[in-house]
Amino acid sequence: MGFKKLSLNLVIKFTNILFVPFMLFALIGVSQVYAQSGNPPTADQINAIAKQLYCPVCENTPLDVCPTQACAQWRDVIRDKLVAGWNEEQIKEYFVNQYGDRVLAEPPKRGLNWLVYVLPPIFFLGGLVLVYKNIKNARKLESTITSAPIVEDDPFLKEFEDVLRKMEENGKNG
Amino acid sequence: MENETTPKKGLSRTTIIVAFAILLGFLALLGWGLRNAQAGPVQVGQKVPTFDLTTFDGEVVSTSDLQGKVIVVNFWASWCKPCEQEAADLERAWQIYKETDDVYFFGVAYVDIEPKSRAYIEKFNITYPNGPDLRTTISTMFRVRGVPETYIIDRQGKLAAFKIGPYSSLGEIQAMIDPIILQ
Repeated sequence: MGFKKLSLNLVIKFTNILFVPFMLFALIGVSQVYAQSGNPPTADQINAIAKQLYCPVCENTPLDVCPTQACAQWRDVIRDKLVAGWNEEQIKEYFVNQYGDRVLAEPPKRGLNWLVYVLPPIFFLGGLVLVYKNIKNARKLESTITSAPIVEDDPFLKEFEDVLRKMEENGKNG
Repeated sequence: MENETTPKKGLSRTTIIVAFAILLGFLALLGWGLRNAQAGPVQVGQKVPTFDLTTFDGEVVSTSDLQGKVIVVNFWASWCKPCEQEAADLERAWQIYKETDDVYFFGVAYVDIEPKSRAYIEKFNITYPNGPDLRTTISTMFRVRGVPETYIIDRQGKLAAFKIGPYSSLGEIQAMIDPIILQ
């Protein structure tokens, strides 16, 4: 038993001596390769940013689906910037600094651009108010008409009924 | 018995006037945008505003310092195949005119990326000042629609001629610049 225990301890020690440095070496090696190659961005990551940009050359075509060479170059720039560790906002800012605000799918919230964000909700709310007011007025008018009192001793109505009665009697008499 | 109830008017006069004013303002804004978007290139005879170009070498060249000279502004891009067609001829023209000190050439890289622009300049041995059109301010000023486009400004700072598309030969470039120098 004693011999068996001793030999087992020796095997474990030997394994530790060989295995631990090997594992450490392997881990360092792996991390070095990872660091050297970076974390290559996927097409989805590139397109997520590209679809927020428009190349001035190809109007109305977002960068992610634009087939021109200029757009392909821009997508390469996005890839390079992502590899360099830039985030989405930094990349968009870079494109704005290079090519102006018009490259952005959504205009920046400053200056006259605010109108784009402010006017539609104002018009929508204004429209809602108008519709509400009109419906309210229509209902009021409807209730006014239906709830108008029937005047029983209206002289005009009386006269009209008399004429009708006379006409009926004349008809019966031939 | 006077029990008549007239229906109340929906909106006050002020509200209607304000609503119409806002609507008209909005339409005017749309019209202005549409007019700008559909405006063609700068017209011959129009005064061209001065502008600065920061070259790829970091030098700032301003048209305000070039008053009294004929200025040739060429818009190009590395991704533009027709631009390659005229690049060598433009450089040859620059070599001819730079001796006279009457003409100044500007190359403006339109919607391009810097490494590719530099490679293009190197490929065609272009020596006149070239720089990126930062924030597309210069191309917007000339209302550039594509590349290549070339604009020639006379000594009075007015647009004298422009060419949409590539020049086919050195002779065509000279035929456009020479009469403007003599004006």
